[in-house]
Amino acid sequence: MSKQKLILIGNGMAGVRTVEELLKLEPEMYEITIFGAEPHPNYNRIMLSPVLAGEKTIDDIVLNNREWYADNGITLHTGDPVVAIDRISRQVKTASGNTLSYDRLLLATGSNPFIIPVPGHELPGVVGFRDIRDVEMMLESARQYQKAVVIGGGLLGLEAANGLMKNGMDVTVVHLMDILMERQLDKPAAELLKASLAESGMNFLMQAETAEILGDDRVRGVRFKDGSEIEADLVVMAVGIRANTELAQQAGLHCERGVVVNDTLQTFDPRIYAVGECVQHRDSCYGLVAPLFEQAKVCANHLAMLGYGRYEGSVTSTKLKVTGIDLFSAGEFNEEEGDETLVLQDPAQGIYKKLVIWDNRIKGAVMYGDTMDGTWYFQLLREETDISCFRNTILFGQHDLGDAGHGDETRVAMLSDDAEICGCNGVCKGDIVNAISSKGLFTLDEVRAHTKASASCGSCTGLVESLLASTMGEGYAATPSEKAVCACTEHSHDEVIQAIRTAPLKSMRDLFDYLNWKAPDGCSACRPALNYYLLANWPGEYQDDAQSRFINERAHGNIQKDGTYSVVPRMFGGLCTANDLRTIADVADKFEVPEIKVTGGQRIDLFGVKKEQLPAMWKDLTAAGFVSGHAYGKAMRTVKTCAGKTWCRFGTQNSTGLGVQLEELTWGSWMPHKFKLAVSGCPRNCAEATIKDFGVVCVDSGYELHIGGNGGIKVRVTDLLCKVETEAEVLEYCGAFTQLYREEAHYLERTAPWVERVSLSYVKQRILEDEVGRKALFERFQYGQQFAQIDPWRVRAEGAEAHEFKPLHINQMRAVS
Amino acid sequence: MSDWIAIAKLNEIPPMGARKLLTETLEIALFRTGNDEVFALRDRCPHRGGPLSQGIVHSNAVSCPLHNWKIDLQSGEVQGPDDGCVNTYAVKVDEGVVYLNLALAESAA
Ligand code: SRM
Ligand SMILES: Cc1cc2nc3c(=O)[nH]c(=O)nc-3n(C[C@H](O)[C@H](O)[C@H](O)COP(=O)(O)OP(=O)(O)OC[C@H]3O[C@@H](n4cnc5c(N)ncnc54)[C@H](O)[C@@H]3O)c2cc1C
Ligand code: SF4
Ligand code: FES
Repeated sequence: MSKQKLILIGNGMAGVRTVEELLKLEPEMYEITIFGAEPHPNYNRIMLSPVLAGEKTIDDIVLNNREWYADNGITLHTGDPVVAIDRISRQVKTASGNTLSYDRLLLATGSNPFIIPVPGHELPGVVGFRDIRDVEMMLESARQYQKAVVIGGGLLGLEAANGLMKNGMDVTVVHLMDILMERQLDKPAAELLKASLAESGMNFLMQAETAEILGDDRVRGVRFKDGSEIEADLVVMAVGIRANTELAQQAGLHCERGVVVNDTLQTFDPRIYAVGECVQHRDSCYGLVAPLFEQAKVCANHLAMLGYGRYEGSVTSTKLKVTGIDLFSAGEFNEEEGDETLVLQDPAQGIYKKLVIWDNRIKGAVMYGDTMDGTWYFQLLREETDISCFRNTILFGQHDLGDAGHGDETRVAMLSDDAEICGCNGVCKGDIVNAISSKGLFTLDEVRAHTKASASCGSCTGLVESLLASTMGEGYAATPSEKAVCACTEHSHDEVIQAIRTAPLKSMRDLFDYLNWKAPDGCSACRPALNYYLLANWPGEYQDDAQSRFINERAHGNIQKDGTYSVVPRMFGGLCTANDLRTIADVADKFEVPEIKVTGGQRIDLFGVKKEQLPAMWKDLTAAGFVSGHAYGKAMRTVKTCAGKTWCRFGTQNSTGLGVQLEELTWGSWMPHKFKLAVSGCPRNCAEATIKDFGVVCVDSGYELHIGGNGGIKVRVTDLLCKVETEAEVLEYCGAFTQLYREEAHYLERTAPWVERVSLSYVKQRILEDEVGRKALFERFQYGQQFAQIDPWRVRAEGAEAHEFKPLHINQMRAVS
Repeated sequence: MSDWIAIAKLNEIPPMGARKLLTETLEIALFRTGNDEVFALRDRCPHRGGPLSQGIVHSNAVSCPLHNWKIDLQSGEVQGPDDGCVNTYAVKVDEGVVYLNLALAESAA
């Protein structure tokens, strides 16, 4: 049987999501053709606001690039709108004159911004806020002009206004009502919002009705009903959207405010389906992606002829994507007669929360300032949970049900598994936690890739990060000794370490055999861990296995998203000479380095280097005395220092000199995770020593040693280990602490979670109370460093591992003939 | 006439490792598994184009270096839960020499 033909009209968020869902169910069923009016592949329209604000680029927001279409056998016509549908012959006709027949047709034409038809509305300089073209036009105007007027104080209007302001324009928001975002906020929340936007420089004209746009060949102002006028070089109309039903109407499909569909997203013509903003379902039209994605799922189910999905409408919630502003609203938040309201107001902190309750169930919620519990309230609302037993504390949030005071992380940890975290994509906490633990995800990007959570509007990013932190953290804390290294074995990290030491095991093969590894050569999760354990325990004997190293550690540079690498030469203690800088500059010129950046670790990063060039570049750098900065490794990274006693009027000790000594001691050592140090010259702590794995704060009488801190995903301030009096002691304690961590932590466990797992008192006991033990640890560290401080860059510049950096070549033309 | 081209000696590819192979038009990743099987795949992850030749090879799969998708070397299919597929090319090993046949891949390309 030949494939049926499916045509999608509208290459936007809802339509393409439907196709994605369909491909998951029945990849082979249809020959798919997509027509889009815009010249772009499918992009994340929601993210136009951050693009306008300069926080993202157009490239960042592409959801499906052209390759995706090709890879899935989809024919894509961009910039070619469909102008007619002939339902009798089952054909569509496009602006360029293309005609194509279909077996099934999917309409997803979205909506158009509503432009108030006042005189002057067609003048150049008047724009809606809907697509890339609008954003480009606004950015262009911002470069040339000064004054912008945004008509409409709703979600879109405020995001447009914020973006234009970020581009340096002087922006006035004109709004018909007396409160902003009246469809999403009540008066007190709207007032807080307005105050905070006004503080950032936004101007408002409330209760103003536009009568005319003024100008001759371009806008120059707006006149209002009351006769007053305001100057404007750009007018953005953001007063609402209208479902784009033109095509459907022409084709004789039943339309009201939108194309009318039933619970299977079918229109009145059974061969034609419709999804997205162009649709009217049970009298509702939606303008947010979450419901549209639900529609997409159901529609795909029917296109795949499975026939069991039902779309029964959605309850929506709102967030505003203006950086620094947290607001959330859902349901019916304006109380009616018979409703009760619970309100928490803390004007000083800019916090406001209101819940509208009926019959002990939440009907609606508005929150401003602290929206952490929005997800929880939204869940209670949708599930119509009876709240009578925790009603008196409900406003303090879910964490108040358990122990309080541990911040966001505990709060997400308390959510139930079916609590929805990502509203846009309908991803629940359980899905995310599962993905993190079963697939060993470590970064936000990985979670996005695997679950789609926070991949659309991004407003749940914070929640997902907290989940990452709490899941990884919990993993360590809950059952540290029982958790298997990965699916290749039942053995835990501690058992493996024990076996390596006592068996003893000195090669990967021995280890696999001795511990009955299930997969013959492990996996990408366990091999790097085992390689580290073997190396850390048998520094002089174990032969490092390049193939068990993540690419960064194999290529001794950080792989970038385009497959190039970065080069970060070590600058001991952040100190450098004019000659060092000259060498770096020369290398950058010689190898045409596209970007140079001063890193957060006080040294210089050369970005965009081709792998083939690395050895030659390292040759020049090593000739000038540089060694690898290990910015790419689970290894000792940097020692940050401040000016210190040499120059600073507050400095108490030579913090730079001590930093250099510490870096000379520790550079090159491989670690369970990255390891960072810092030395601050006084308690003002300019080197941020108290969020480092090992930090030194100099004081008049000596040196405070701090351990187990980090910035990063979950900031942790160090614990004070002790105070010592001499530099020699600092070095000894540092080496001993480092070695204890190297020997006992689990791979990928940074010092912060490790110290929390084994407890500070344990570390104190090993380092402070057991002097002999401390000295032995320090000695083992120094022994290992003999082998670790062979600069990997130099040996590769001299020819080691040459195959890693040289691609093979064949001449295809010759080969084929 | 044969379309098999000799491209490398087996021992030029590290066991459980990979080499990148450049033709005039293609970037190919050549993989050698722990038991000396060799596979050739297009050097482009279906997720965001990561260079698969830089990944960690384990059993008959490679983990992409960028976001850790796992790709089956035999079929080019992405292993669950992610979706996608990479072009594969025909390879054989004969007396320690690796041969590639691009003609056999035309249909897949
Ligand atoms: C280059 C640099 C950004 C910059 O230009 O300033 C950077 C770049 C990266 N950081 Fe960082 N981090 C850099 C300083 C930091 C700092 C600041 C600091 O060290 O004072 C932090 C927070 C402090 C901390 O680590 O405690 C930081 C916290 C992270 C984290 C989160 C770690 C955590 O424990 O939560 C990651 C993710 C990870 O390691 O898994 C990360 C990962 C990365 C990676 C390696 C992401 C990746 O896998 O590709 C980035 C590599 C880019 C590249 O190719 O060079 N980077 N990163 C900085 C390099 C410093 C250097 O000279 O080596
Ligand atoms: C600036 C901005 C910010 C937003 N922020 C959020 C947010 O934070 N959260 C949220 O949930 N939602 C947000 N939205 C709304 C969200 O983007 C839309 O709900 C969603 O994109 C609608 O999807 P759709 O597929 O129905 O329409 P679209 O994504 O608009 O896709 C329709 C496509 O069809 C094309 N088309 C129309 N007619 C034809 C034709 N005859 N032939 C061919 N192609 C045609 C259009 O050009 C368009 O590309 C925002 C929207 C904007 C503009
Ligand atoms: S450099 Fe660090 S903070 Fe910046 S994007 Fe990369 S990982 Fe994130
Ligand atoms: S590019 Fe390969 S996993 Fe993302």
